[in-house]
This record gives sequence, structure tokens and C-alpha cells, in this order.
Amino acid sequence: MARRVGLEVSLACAEAAKLANVDVVAAYPITPQTHIVEHLAELVADGHLDAEFVPVESEHSAMSACLGSSAAGARTFTSSSSQGLALMHEILFIASAMRLPIVMAVANRALSGPLNIWNDHSDIMAERDIGWVQTFAENGQEVLDLTLHAFKVAEDARVCLPMIVNMDGFLLTHVIEPMYMPDQSEVDAYLPAFAPQQRLDIAKPISMGMVGMPEVYTEAKKASLEALLGSYEVVKEHWAGFAKQFGRSYKPIESYRAEDAEVLFVTMGSLGETCMTAIDELREQGVKVGSVRIRLWRPFPVEDFLAAIKGAKGLIVIDRALSPGVPTGPVATELMSLLYAKGLKVPVHNFVAGLGGRDVTRADFKKMLDKAREAFAAGGEMTCEMVGVKE
Amino acid sequence: MADEGLVPWRQLALGCAMPEAGSAKRFNTGDWRGRRYPVTDREKCIKCGLCWIVCPDMAYLPDEGAQGFYKWDSYYCKGCGICIAECPKQAIDWREEKEEDKYGPACGS
Repeated sequence: MARRVGLEVSLACAEAAKLANVDVVAAYPITPQTHIVEHLAELVADGHLDAEFVPVESEHSAMSACLGSSAAGARTFTSSSSQGLALMHEILFIASAMRLPIVMAVANRALSGPLNIWNDHSDIMAERDIGWVQTFAENGQEVLDLTLHAFKVAEDARVCLPMIVNMDGFLLTHVIEPMYMPDQSEVDAYLPAFAPQQRLDIAKPISMGMVGMPEVYTEAKKASLEALLGSYEVVKEHWAGFAKQFGRSYKPIESYRAEDAEVLFVTMGSLGETCMTAIDELREQGVKVGSVRIRLWRPFPVEDFLAAIKGAKGLIVIDRALSPGVPTGPVATELMSLLYAKGLKVPVHNFVAGLGGRDVTRADFKKMLDKAREAFAAGGEMTCEMVGVKE
Repeated sequence: MADEGLVPWRQLALGCAMPEAGSAKRFNTGDWRGRRYPVTDREKCIKCGLCWIVCPDMAYLPDEGAQGFYKWDSYYCKGCGICIAECPKQAIDWREEKEEDKYGPACGS
């Protein structure tokens, strides 16, 4: 039976990797992900987890070691953040191209400079096109659950792709939250031992990570793309299986008080919880507002999103990262492109908020709503505004 | 430059893996060579094996037919000239390659 525990979310993430019985952890500590790696190192050193802990000299090496261990058929886990994730950049593409089901927890944090260790989404927004399956957790329980789910999806024979579980640095990683911690037998029933589709084996040699000449590269990319798009059904299937095993259900897109809402906030990550609190207060004042939260970020759940925003007269998309030099933030850019492709003319107002650890409060949501409603009423062009900039 | 793929994408192996080991052995890096290739003057050669050691492409191997000498392999030699630069006796030098003997044996002599 699951136990009700109070646990720091970083430790819960590490405990999930332990419950998944990982064989190899190759990681380099970086704020605010340090506690995840630290706790795993401790679990291995104390004999609670029978795994190889590879203390590498950099994140570039961490992801390279993960490549090797996953190719050898080991269940592989790592974790990173910000500059560390950026240092992994080139290897991230290779992991998905080689179809290696590595699972990584990313504690989202700003990128330097100026040097800033606090939360936003600029690190992962720079890694949107790496070809990994990606989810965004909202709270501690979700971090734990999505980590277990990630192994199940990544290793599925129909997917064979690496997967990232995103969690807001500090706002989630350093917070102690109540959660249900499943026991080992429950996790074992959900997640059987890793059975790789292919692996490096001296008795049956194969070559992995080969050169792809112009005659092959395009088809190789098409194959990886189709695997990523195809993972959508598998992601949902294993969430359904998760609900059956653990009693908690997850969807690609989560809605809150959206049925009759005229205006919808669109958020990702922990901001969703603040947003819901703000919505409750606004609803008490009679404002028809709701929210939509993106949990599955890659592959983007197009139809779920369109269904979730159906009927809305305006969207307020909140980005936690800048995309310098284009009209809107990265999430808004993608959503507007999607709406255009579907011939939908839903007005979108974009805010870039919570950069580098700046708080986004309930009051901020109300201010954003007021500004957006004014803009929607005026029928002006879609705009992007950085929230809280001191002039 | 290719304008069309060799293999339909569905038929590529998972992650483009090769179902065998050591396939790079078949990679004809000699195809990259320009219009000249290295030739060893066996009168000057002292059989030190430095050409074998410094060659980045394994294009020199012990010559089984001539004890102590090293045999040049046109299949792998990219024509970088490191062997020429490193030979302590200046026993290796360039020779212009004719189109007809580009893939020929052209070893030693």
C-alpha cells in the first residue's frame, strides 16, 4: 500500500528513480537539481539501490555516459538544469536519434546571463526540438508519478525514445509536499524490468550511432519524428494504466473551470496552481475565466488542446521564457501557429512572466486578465508583454 | 549530392543501427584522396614502421610478402601526407595519380 508522506519534491523524484530500479545514474550536480543527484548517490552508496552511479566531470559527459549505458541495455536515469542542460545540448539530439529510452528530470531554471540560478523555462525552451518526449509537472505528486510514467513510455517498444520530466526549479524541487509514495510491489506491477529492443552485445554485435549520409539522413529524421508523434497514444495509454494501478489519472491537457469560461489562461508547470487559486477568486466575483494547462509538451497534443479551448473568446498565454526577436514567447508562438493552421481566429494575449525567479502572484493574474480583456475588447493586434518590468 | 533516399524510412533499423560489427571497414575513405598518393622507395626504407604508426587511416599494414616492409592500401589512404612528413629517411614521396589506377593496387614499389 502507498504511504502518505511529506517529502521534498527533489527527493521524491530520486525515490521514483529508485522505485523504477534504475541500473545506471550518470549525473552532474547543478542547482536546483542537486538534491535529486545527491539523494540517488546516497541511495546507491548506502546499498538501498543496486545501480552504478557514475560521477562524471560535466553534463556533456553525463549525457554521453547515459547514451552508452542505455545502449548497453541498462535502465538509465539522469537529471539536469539550465547551464547543465545547455551543456548536454548536442548529445540530447543523439539520444533521440539513437532511440535510447533515457529518462531525465529537468529542474527548470533560467539561463545565464546575468548569472541566475532561479526558476523559469528558458533552459527547456532552448531544447524544444531535441526529439524527446516531454511532460511538465505541476506539483510534487506529479513529479513522482510522471517520473515513473516516463520509464514506461520511453521503453515501450512502440516509442523507444528518451523522455524528460520538467519540474519548476525551487518552486517544486525545494518544496516539501504531501504525497502518496507507492510501494515497490505496486511499481513493479506497473513497470516491469527493462527489455531493450536492441542493445550492444558482444555475442550478437551491432553498430549504433552510425554516420548518416545525405541518402539516409532525411529518412532517419522522418523515422524519429514518426516515433515521437506516435508516442502520443502510448503516453495516454500508460496514463490510463497508471490510473488503474495507482488511482491517479492524468491527461495531456488539463482544464480548470473552463466549461463556460470566456477567457482561458494557458500555463505550464507549477504556475497552474497559482492560476487556479486566482481563478477561484475571480469566479467569486462573477468573472467567467478558466485555465488550460499543458502537461504533455512533446509531442504537442494538438487535438486535446483544441478541444480544451473550444468556445473560449480569448486566450491568455503565459510564457516563462523569452524568444528574443520574434513577436511572442515560445509557447504563444507555437499555439498561434497551431490556431492559424486550423483556421481559428481566437484572440491571444501573451505575457512573459516569472523570469529568473520573479514571483507570479494571484494579483498578477488579475492584472493580466484586465489587460487582456481590454485588448480583446479593443480588437487590437495580438501582443506580447513582459510582466512587471520596472521602467 | 543525393536527391532521393536510399531506403524507405520505415525500413531503417531502429536508431539507424547496423546489424553487424565493424562495418566501417567497408568505408572507402580512399575515395576522398586527391590526385596524388604516397609511394615508398624500398631502397631508402629502414623498416622502422613509423608510417604504419602515424597513419590515421590504417592505410599501412605489414607486408606479408616482404618481411619488415609496410604495404600501402589505396582503399583507405585519404592522401593526407603524414607518412611523407614523418618518414625519418624521406623514403616516401608523392606520385601523381592517374584516373585509371586510382582504385588499382599501386602498392609499394
